[in-house]
Amino acid sequence: MNREDFLMLNEDIVYLDNGATTLKPKEVVQSMVDYYTKHTSNIHRGEYDAAIITNQLYDGARDVVAKFINSESSEVIFTSGSTMSINMVVFGYMKKHLKRGDEVLLTKSEHASNILPWMKLSEDIGITIKFMELNEDYELTVESVLKSITERTKVISIAQVTNVVGDVRDVDAIGKICKEKKILFNVDGAQSVPHMRVDFKKSNMDFLSFSGHKMCGPSGVGVLIVKKELLDEMEPLCYGGGMNQSFEADMTYELKVGPSKFEAGTPPIAEVIGLSKAIQYLEKIGIEKIHEYEVELKKYLVKELEKIPNIILYNKNSNSGILAFNIDGVFAQDSAIYLNHFNIYVRAGNHCAKILKDNMKIKNTVRVSMYFYNNKKDIDRLIEALKKSEDIFKIVI
Amino acid sequence: MDSNLRREIILDNYQNPMNKGVIEDDGYLKINSNNESCIDNLDFFVKIEDGILKDIRFDGEACAISTSATSIMIRKLIGKNILEVRKILKNYNNMINELEYDADLLGELNVYDEICKQPNRKNCALLPSVAIERILSKLENK
Repeated sequence: MNREDFLMLNEDIVYLDNGATTLKPKEVVQSMVDYYTKHTSNIHRGEYDAAIITNQLYDGARDVVAKFINSESSEVIFTSGSTMSINMVVFGYMKKHLKRGDEVLLTKSEHASNILPWMKLSEDIGITIKFMELNEDYELTVESVLKSITERTKVISIAQVTNVVGDVRDVDAIGKICKEKKILFNVDGAQSVPHMRVDFKKSNMDFLSFSGHKMCGPSGVGVLIVKKELLDEMEPLCYGGGMNQSFEADMTYELKVGPSKFEAGTPPIAEVIGLSKAIQYLEKIGIEKIHEYEVELKKYLVKELEKIPNIILYNKNSNSGILAFNIDGVFAQDSAIYLNHFNIYVRAGNHCAKILKDNMKIKNTVRVSMYFYNNKKDIDRLIEALKKSEDIFKIVI
Repeated sequence: MDSNLRREIILDNYQNPMNKGVIEDDGYLKINSNNESCIDNLDFFVKIEDGILKDIRFDGEACAISTSATSIMIRKLIGKNILEVRKILKNYNNMINELEYDADLLGELNVYDEICKQPNRKNCALLPSVAIERILSKLENK
């Protein structure tokens, strides 16, 4: 649906790499062009008309985000993306509040950005990282979460939807468990927020991260939502203008309170405006409708792929628009190069989930990740190309 | 070179690569060649005695171009002395990077003389030469 909003779809391409980044609709691009051509100005302290417009759009973006994921505007921090958001949680909050021996529960299907910061923190202060077990579909169940929790568990840090398996974790149930057991709940929403209704309050999240570019917005901007009472306890990783109340030659200083404390320097203004527009755009379509549509599309994709004998599927049951597969006996990168020959854009690799191989027994896959502007015709083209794949080496070599 | 012949050589080396698999022997220098631009990930094991590359082995997962180039490269380099190896690698790298090179030195490696037409595959073809060069540097710095 809404294909006409995306100029890139005027080209003869099948874009199936939405887990990596999404296409941008015209109105998002236009909102940024307007900033650069009609009201360029810095935020805060500008008394002229252009600055007032920019300020309203920038500050208004916080309200748009808050409404979208059901948080308070004062809990919304703009960052450079999910990776930065999670790093802020780990090094800005956890480093101060965790101690040696405290347990952090992750899974092996997490993205690098939700594993490496924790590994570094473990190296720095001696926290213990434990991986919760995945089931035979590489999914995380609530039972597995419950089984993994011990008296020392202080944090559960997981993606709501993982980027290779595409399994949708039951964050409502896990959030409830966290609340009962006084465990901090850190959610990586990079692959969920763009595709389904995410409710920060209802799921009792303490931290939620997501990126603009994976939800029709620009690159270079992301969001970190932090529960109010924790936000005041969090330390910024970056110091400078815009985040301080005052500083004096006698070495005293006072920082701002609220999200501004974490937004030192000139923020990505155009990008925040673009992200705000992207959220409004998604809401216009209806985020619930997007999820439903993608799940239907995946069912069709799986049904058609299962008819091709030399295709190995890894996550046909997961309830999202993500599918990982391989052509039997073909290295994933060669498959992606082959599909590119038909103007079909997919991703090959470990998709930054480098330890998922322990469970999947395979390091690299081809990943198809869909969005609302994909359609059955896109899938038919993929299927048609894969059916001819016995000729793959005539094309890739 | 005829494109069918080129493809046949590459495919044969991809599907039946030379010296793939690790053998237990402390006499080998080891290096991992993780290709930064893609997902190729091969380990190289080189045995050097009296300045001669006595044996080269490799293991891991990589694309058709990286794997075949490694196989052909291994066949070309075993038995050569370090100076000869350096010369072959330099000419090979030059060929991939569209610089001047001596095709007579490269034998079957000439199958990659048109890889520059696919810029995203240059690093795949360069994977074995980068790895062997790193091993030689490691040896010199010892």
